[in-house]
Amino acid sequence: MSAKHDPSRQPGDPETTGHEWDGIREFNNPLPAWWLWIFYATIVWALIYTILYPAWPMLTRATPGVLGYSTRAAVAAEIERFERTNEPWFQRLVDTELAEIEADPDLNRFARSAGAAVFRAHCSQCHGAGAAGVQASGFPNLRDDDWLWGGTIEEIHLTITHGIRNETDPDARWSQMPAFGELLEREEIESLVQYVRRISAQPHDAALAEAGAELFLENCASCHGEDGEGNQALGAPTLNDAIWLYGGSEEAIRHTITYSRWGVMPAFAARLREAEIRAVAAYVHQLGGGQ
Amino acid sequence: MTAPDTHPPRLYAPREPVFPRRVKGSFRTMKWGLMAAMLAIYYVTPWLRWDRGPVLPDQAVLVDLANRRFYFFMIEIWPHEFYFVAGLLIMAGLGLFLFTSALGRVWCGYACPQTVWTDLFITVERWIEGDRNARVRLWNQGWDARKARLRLTKWAVWLLIALATGGAWVFYFADAPTLMRELVTLQAHPVAYTTVAILTATTFFFGGFAREQICIYACPWPRIQAAMMDEDTITIGYRDWRGEPRGKHRKAEGAERLGDCIDCGACVAVCPMGIDIRNGQQLACITCGLCIDACNEVMDKIGKPRDLIGYLALSDEAAERAGKPPKSVWKHVFRPRTILYTVLWAGVGIGLVVALFLRSDLDLTISPIRNPLYVTLSDGSIRNDYDLRIRNMNNSERTFFVTLERNPSLTLTLEGRQGQLVTVAPDAMLIQRIYVTAAAGTPAARAERTPLRIWASDVASRTRVSVDTVFNGRPQ
Repeated sequence: MSAKHDPSRQPGDPETTGHEWDGIREFNNPLPAWWLWIFYATIVWALIYTILYPAWPMLTRATPGVLGYSTRAAVAAEIERFERTNEPWFQRLVDTELAEIEADPDLNRFARSAGAAVFRAHCSQCHGAGAAGVQASGFPNLRDDDWLWGGTIEEIHLTITHGIRNETDPDARWSQMPAFGELLEREEIESLVQYVRRISAQPHDAALAEAGAELFLENCASCHGEDGEGNQALGAPTLNDAIWLYGGSEEAIRHTITYSRWGVMPAFAARLREAEIRAVAAYVHQLGGGQ
Repeated sequence: MTAPDTHPPRLYAPREPVFPRRVKGSFRTMKWGLMAAMLAIYYVTPWLRWDRGPVLPDQAVLVDLANRRFYFFMIEIWPHEFYFVAGLLIMAGLGLFLFTSALGRVWCGYACPQTVWTDLFITVERWIEGDRNARVRLWNQGWDARKARLRLTKWAVWLLIALATGGAWVFYFADAPTLMRELVTLQAHPVAYTTVAILTATTFFFGGFAREQICIYACPWPRIQAAMMDEDTITIGYRDWRGEPRGKHRKAEGAERLGDCIDCGACVAVCPMGIDIRNGQQLACITCGLCIDACNEVMDKIGKPRDLIGYLALSDEAAERAGKPPKSVWKHVFRPRTILYTVLWAGVGIGLVVALFLRSDLDLTISPIRNPLYVTLSDGSIRNDYDLRIRNMNNSERTFFVTLERNPSLTLTLEGRQGQLVTVAPDAMLIQRIYVTAAAGTPAARAERTPLRIWASDVASRTRVSVDTVFNGRPQ
């Protein structure tokens, strides 16, 4: 039944679709035609889009699109743009004396940001994302005020460049603690353990520690110092403080004396640019413990 | 279901062009005034200057996206104070609810940019192509030189208005005189040109061609408004109890039974939405008031009382039919719903004003470094690291003294600085790494958590603010 033949329709009533269910009639409020045309336009747009951009999945890859756009290339271009922007800053880092970097607020801000990025990519695997180290594995905490090989920015830079006990770099700093398990008796090692506990102000067996004092002077003081104050030239840790590289418990100290330790850090001279090494040195130097 | 369709109804209908006739009257006059005022506010605002000293921009109203600042005369909003903008938006929403429930679609009829610009474009159309009848003729005739000339002239003027509209928009986001110079000398940023181009195109199209289609099909507000309005809402309507039965032939037999409506069609001819108000309340009516002017003009001529079409409340129909006076406007307007909207609106407003006057031009926030929670130092003391953000929301450089709230266990040091003074540039935020150390064996060093308050006080003005955080110790 066509709407205009609808007998119940009053003048002024909207047209109906002619559908009626139990006396309920459906008004016909037609959409404007332009709405339909916009719908067709979006279909055409979608087709053009799939020709211009990567779209249709094929057997091995999607159609590349005639514009040659790829998200990978877009990211690469973006990275290149940032690298170009950063280049003058990196140059400034190389041209500035290490000790002067932190005096230049703008350069220092760049160095710390760039250094933080380098640290996350290259250093955090061992030293941790927060640079707090991992005591169980002997990876040093870089935030505290105790340094094995020196905490000035120059020495940090040297350590990063050449590494520690690193056989691939002749300039790497090197030292080796003997494994005293082959040189001393068990009781002697035990008294040394107690002596080290004493000088680090931890609970200890006073008699054994007293016996260890002499042994310490004979066997350990040449590197660790007469009072256990350590020696940064040799990378010999300070023993009379609260910071422990491998742990200050009796077991950990006993293990260290008996079997020695062998912490290695790789050289980054071949992996990073000089500017990046400087940036990360400035970052580490400003983590709270720099000297 | 009745018999199957033999003539399926049309599901799509072409747009019926609307040729609103010129009209004179009090609503038209008010609309001219409102149009002039609103266009002036829109175009002139970015050019107003406001002195904020040497560092800050001197544009009175500026949305500085690049530097993340919003300036409104004496008020400067930082990103962390964005709740002011949220509050203003809530007030705008509640205000719209209030006006709609009290006075119907006054926003649509008088203030909506779509209405104002369409009105302006129709005015231009009338200047160039003539009034309704001339425009209908022009529409129906074939193309000739005159029609082409009129059409091109009209489109050119529309395009200029659209360009000015799109152009004015970008001035809210950058220093207007500088950007104007750059735009003209083709040195402005591509984003500026793109924005101007898009807004020019939408203004040209929406105001010139889409017009009422935007209100009917694109805008959600007409649909939402049905929920805001009720029988007490003052809105525009046709008093059919007075007008019906309508009839043209006043001298014909039986004319004394006719109502006041002489079916002259004036109300339809002037309607920019192309509707007949006599069909009753309808979604397409934006309540622009022009049919009131048109009808009153006719009523004056035929010596009948005015306001056959006028502002009315639907709840008055029974009283008016019975010839009694309607309830007073105030009785319609003051009802629980409008009072609630007013209270909410005013509450948000008062809250914002109080917040505005109480806010300090110094703000501190703190981010504790949680990896690691604490650092053990050589002497056994425990150190926590924090990033302190100091926001100097003043247009002069200031020096702040950073201290800890008294706690005998804790000492404070600042990365890269001797002492506890920090100088922050005008209208800037500075991130300062700070270290809080608890000496070995002190309560804070041994407790898992110790509450900590950090103060920053302006050395010159003594203004000070604090921020609370915690100190993580090493439980033994």
